[in-house]
Amino acid sequence: MTATTPNRAPVELPISDFAVPGMRCAGCISKLESGLALQTGIVNARVNFTAKRVSITHLPEMTMPQLLDAISGIGFEAVAISESSGDADNKEAKRLLKAMAVAGFAMMNIMLLSVSVWSGATGVTRDLFHWLSALIALPTVAYSGQPFFRSAWGALRKGRTNMDVPISIGVIITTALSLYETFNHGQHAYFDGVVMLLFFLLTGRWLDAVMRDRARDGVSALLKQTAAGAMVLQPDGETAWIDAKALGPNMVMLVAAGERLAADGIVTEGISSFDLSLLTGETTAQSVVIGSIVHAGTLNLDAPVHVRVTAAGADTAIADIARLMEQASQGKSLYVRVADRAARLYAPAVHTLAALSFLGWMVAGAGWHESLLVAVAVLIITCPCALGLAVPAAQIVVAGALMRAGILVKDGSALERLAEVDLAMFDKTGTLTMGRPTPTNLTDANGEQKSVLLALARASRHPLSEGIRRTLEAEGVAAAKIEQVREVAGAGVFATANGCAVSLGRPNTEISHEGLASELQIEGQPSFAVHFSDQIRPQAAATLAELQGLGLTSSIISGDRAESVAPVARALGITAQTSMLPQEKLDAIARQKAAGHKVLMVGDGLNDGPALAAGYASIAPASASDAGQNAADVVFMGDALSPVATAIRAARRTQHIVRQNFILAIGYNVLAVPLAIAGYVTPLIAAAAMSGSSLVVVANALRLKNAAK
Amino acid sequence: MTGLALLIPVALGLGLLGLAGFFWSIKNGQFDDADGAALRILIDEEDEL
Repeated sequence: MTATTPNRAPVELPISDFAVPGMRCAGCISKLESGLALQTGIVNARVNFTAKRVSITHLPEMTMPQLLDAISGIGFEAVAISESSGDADNKEAKRLLKAMAVAGFAMMNIMLLSVSVWSGATGVTRDLFHWLSALIALPTVAYSGQPFFRSAWGALRKGRTNMDVPISIGVIITTALSLYETFNHGQHAYFDGVVMLLFFLLTGRWLDAVMRDRARDGVSALLKQTAAGAMVLQPDGETAWIDAKALGPNMVMLVAAGERLAADGIVTEGISSFDLSLLTGETTAQSVVIGSIVHAGTLNLDAPVHVRVTAAGADTAIADIARLMEQASQGKSLYVRVADRAARLYAPAVHTLAALSFLGWMVAGAGWHESLLVAVAVLIITCPCALGLAVPAAQIVVAGALMRAGILVKDGSALERLAEVDLAMFDKTGTLTMGRPTPTNLTDANGEQKSVLLALARASRHPLSEGIRRTLEAEGVAAAKIEQVREVAGAGVFATANGCAVSLGRPNTEISHEGLASELQIEGQPSFAVHFSDQIRPQAAATLAELQGLGLTSSIISGDRAESVAPVARALGITAQTSMLPQEKLDAIARQKAAGHKVLMVGDGLNDGPALAAGYASIAPASASDAGQNAADVVFMGDALSPVATAIRAARRTQHIVRQNFILAIGYNVLAVPLAIAGYVTPLIAAAAMSGSSLVVVANALRLKNAAK
Repeated sequence: MTGLALLIPVALGLGLLGLAGFFWSIKNGQFDDADGAALRILIDEEDEL
């Protein structure tokens, strides 16, 4: 590689990220990377297998749909991801990891020196080792202690106290005293204790941050970004892909069947029907004609339409919902984490104890130096080492177990709140039901019809075709060979199979069936009508029964009409409130809150967003709208509803283990503190006690590994 | 004592080397795709030549 690259002006090529949930093996990586690189317009593709993502470097003229087509051409389903918003959080985890690495390095080296001091080094050797320890410890405390000092200072400035206040005071006083001891050729220096304390506490903090990051990555990989933009008709008659953010009033969007609207507008051309379920919860499609008002987030079902934008971005109907969500989520930020609640009691108790032992020894006639040594020993022993690990260790083990079971928990506080809920409210469409049309009478079709159906359905991206395809593929039906396939927008898919004309499309005969239907025509055979309905999620009834067993009463709050909700409510045997606007859902939750209940909200649609934000805890399925997933504390994958009960059971077990860990940590203090007050604690004992109690707490947390089963 | 003068700097130096290596690998994204790295070794790249 001696040749230099030609001296071209560096051009910044755009990079787009896509989530590809379907990659499972090494073959997928090479297929994606080499397959994409061969396509025109794509310079380079790089797969991140852990995050199930691919970032594509491409020429500026490539549009989103072209890139998506390129990926689906290789045989993978992909969704576009907007630029990640959580970079700041990720940096926090990295900063904590670096601080932890420094503390770990310092801890091991100081411990090496300390062991020689404990095993009998005296005189000059001991002083030399103390000086070396100080040399390592001081920069470490200054670097690794920052997260605690900053947070403690922030709390003190507001006149409050948190876990970091006793930690910071303990660390600073102990370091200062050890330095004084070193100067005066003293016998005991606590540098190893201080650094070990920082290391254990940083481990706890880092685990907490990693858990948040991992769940956030998982959720952002799911965000469908269905309305990331639109094809816009330009004045010169050309079309161009315009990002949702850049859309403005009076632009004309070309919306294909199966696409979601990116902005509010008025239909100017075409006749179709729209699925509003994500916005209102209603399942029946609404037909639109020229002049109809349509909203962002709704799905065009039948035929391509032109929509003149009336409002985009912050002016859309969705923005109102976003404002409601923001107000509703303020309640959640008031929640105080278990560890902080413990610190509120713990910190004053520890400080009083240390001050009292200092005064006690002074009164008993010891010098101020000796009294201060005892007080520092008390501070070191009581520093909430195990307490700082008790909660995050348990929570990250559970979050890992839940993640393997397809349940993403956003953060530790979500687990704590989830454990306390005592009332469950469910949305209907998309939550208790699948939220997508599923064929109900395919079992009546014969083998030939099924195989032709599958072949035709595969040729179209219409939501009804997708429903047929998914059901038949799950049955293992082999697709028939069809030729001359053409899709006529608004009419259906037409082709020939074995020389016979076949089609799948809009029913010719008026089918007096409520809901959606499509019709299969095979030349020379009677036609077959496929009926669709929104099916209840598998295991919904069992899950609700399990929730009952856990002490949670369930009910439905739905935006859909009573006629559509009633069959679901009857099938599941729970009560329902219907035709609720987002504001009314909020009010329903507020009423239960006022009655002293802690409400678990389970929902998916945009209209559930405010309710999800307002609930004491909230769960959304992975099929939910972006707003729903962002507002929810927990997101679960798959069709079955059972993860709701699994998550609550795991959260309660976590809370149980956390409580045990607290008892262990406090029990250790009850044993060690009298020793410290009596003046028997040397740096050796402090180090042993600290690591011992931390190990016990972590070992106890590991018992949660199978909590998701 | 001469032994100490040699051994302690050596021990600290090696530790610092490890720490520097760790910082480098964080900065260069060595931990960003741990599962992918494990699988990439299985990819047969001969056909790309």
